[in-house]
Amino acid sequence: MTHSIQVKDLTLNFGAVSVLKTMNLDVAEGEFIVLLGPSGCGKSTLLNCLAGLLEPSDGEIWIKGKNVTWAEPSERGIGMVFQSYALYPQMTVRGNLSFGLKNARMPRDEIEKRVARAAEILQIGPLLDRKPAALSGGQRQRVAIGRALVRDVDVFLFDEPLSNLDAKLRSELRVEIKRLHSRLNNTMVYVTHDQIEALTLADRIAVMRGGIIQQLAAPQEIYNRPANLFVAGFIGSPSMNFLPGKTVDGGRAFEFAGNRIGLEGYEGAPGQRDKAILGLRPEHLVMQDTAEPGLTLPATVEIDEPMGADSLVWLKAGGQPVSVRVPVEKRPRAGQEVHLRVDIRHASVFDAGTEERV
Amino acid sequence: MADLTATAIPSGPRPRRRLSGRNIMIYGTLLIVSLYYILPLWVMVMTSLKGMPEIRMGSIFSPPVEITFQPWVKAWAEACTGLNCDGLSRGFWNSVRILIPSVILSIAVASVNGYALINWKFKGSEVFFTILIFGSFIPYQVMLYPIVILLREIGLYGSLSGLVIVHTIFGMPILTLLFRNYFSSIPEELFKAARVDGAGFWGIYFRIMLPMSLPIFVVAVILQVTGIWNDFLFGVVYTKPELYPMTVQLNNIVNSVQGVKEYNVNMAATLLTGLVPLTIYFISGKLFVRGIAAGAVKG
Repeated sequence: MTHSIQVKDLTLNFGAVSVLKTMNLDVAEGEFIVLLGPSGCGKSTLLNCLAGLLEPSDGEIWIKGKNVTWAEPSERGIGMVFQSYALYPQMTVRGNLSFGLKNARMPRDEIEKRVARAAEILQIGPLLDRKPAALSGGQRQRVAIGRALVRDVDVFLFDEPLSNLDAKLRSELRVEIKRLHSRLNNTMVYVTHDQIEALTLADRIAVMRGGIIQQLAAPQEIYNRPANLFVAGFIGSPSMNFLPGKTVDGGRAFEFAGNRIGLEGYEGAPGQRDKAILGLRPEHLVMQDTAEPGLTLPATVEIDEPMGADSLVWLKAGGQPVSVRVPVEKRPRAGQEVHLRVDIRHASVFDAGTEERV
Repeated sequence: MADLTATAIPSGPRPRRRLSGRNIMIYGTLLIVSLYYILPLWVMVMTSLKGMPEIRMGSIFSPPVEITFQPWVKAWAEACTGLNCDGLSRGFWNSVRILIPSVILSIAVASVNGYALINWKFKGSEVFFTILIFGSFIPYQVMLYPIVILLREIGLYGSLSGLVIVHTIFGMPILTLLFRNYFSSIPEELFKAARVDGAGFWGIYFRIMLPMSLPIFVVAVILQVTGIWNDFLFGVVYTKPELYPMTVQLNNIVNSVQGVKEYNVNMAATLLTGLVPLTIYFISGKLFVRGIAAGAVKG
């Protein structure tokens, strides 16, 4: 497998603040990588470093087997799409698309050809002679993608491209970006704080915090086996329930607020820990009326939030708020006493000290 | 039924009284203020159209009985300042020859300065900017004589190019600040996109920044044209009599002590001198609004 992008020990400091800390990242050719994290985690900074818009304090960046650490943005073989579209307001759509090609002194007929192709792919042909001000948000973002497309580059960089769009357009364009990727098969690096975008688009997700990649894995892997508490809490909406307790019997059971839950079937080997956290996603808990020792937790229903197909029920178990996803026809009454059956095969056990999954 | 019509049901726009206390206050104030500004202009224009005998009658507000343009002609072409008796025309052309290169040069340099300071930050760019701004707080008087020496040493003292350099330098702090702040309001992503598109320092300046900055260029032109045209101090210090700008010449005409005070000629000369900034305001005022409207496009 050839690497499209390699980041080697990349460090970036703004004064005394360290934004990226000796980061390493290998992106395979044609891969769709999503950089996901809360604001200030360094994901956009990393993207700007890849684009050559920020100078790293240390480390190297390789694109297509070439060390481009000192190269100008235009020499790196990248195209970039920005959150605010960043279209040149005084130029027509055609002018926007051809600006980079003109700077590269490309022959006129080649420019024509490439603009026409990009317009065809993105279906912006009728808009070519309009100014950006006369376009809607979705159309503007298409033009912005087109500007990267005409450059015929190996690597696309997206900096939160859908954040300025309304929810409906966002999901439409999301599908379109995915379609674009499967058609062009370019390497794409996509920065977002929206986990739905990350889960739907990515081949692999890099979850970042504080300038460090917390976990780099396929979306399902990240969802099912989060590497630590931060990733577990960040991914998934509604988020994972965390039950503080301890592992007992040499790691064969988990004790939470006086209740014992067997860890039979859990894929890890947690061992004996005095302080541990059991992570359970709302869909991995089932409400039932009868207690089963070692399998269920008693809980009291507080409120529920119907969301159409299913309903999110908030309960109190051992003093902890717990959410459970139930089919909407099985909505309980408030105050009802129920038992929650734990699907331990999909659970995660974390060490409370290191916050790592065990 | 009569009661019903008297108290109309509230519907549609609320009726407003024309002659309310509020309106009287607003329009009364506006009227007084505009009179305050218009009366001196009225007196000047009227006096400049009268002959001397009529002026001596003393009724300064009354319109001329017999309109004469002789004072205007005299102010423009015949009034004497020092040895020259060719009126203000000489000063006018001197001022034009000072104004045009000074305005172009100072705005060109300051806009590039502002652009570089915002988008191409270099080590020490903030310090450089602070020093530049600090320059605008130093009183002119402190620098007058050192600059005389400087210009003498490079052989430009007393020439128009020397004065152009002085105007360019003294316009730098405020204009750089103006452009820097305007360019900082242009989204940084636009600049980044242009860099990814392979545009360099000048490419981005001319192709991206300039076309988006018409309003601020108009503002800078207004500032510089009025400032440089109205300048008296630099003109009198750094040039010699045959190169004096219009303002200095006007002063020499109005303040000449020999002979009769020709009020009509003085008024005409003053109006002539003020005509250029006035025209700039009238022309660019419209352009200014249009510029803002054109610049309101968000990318």
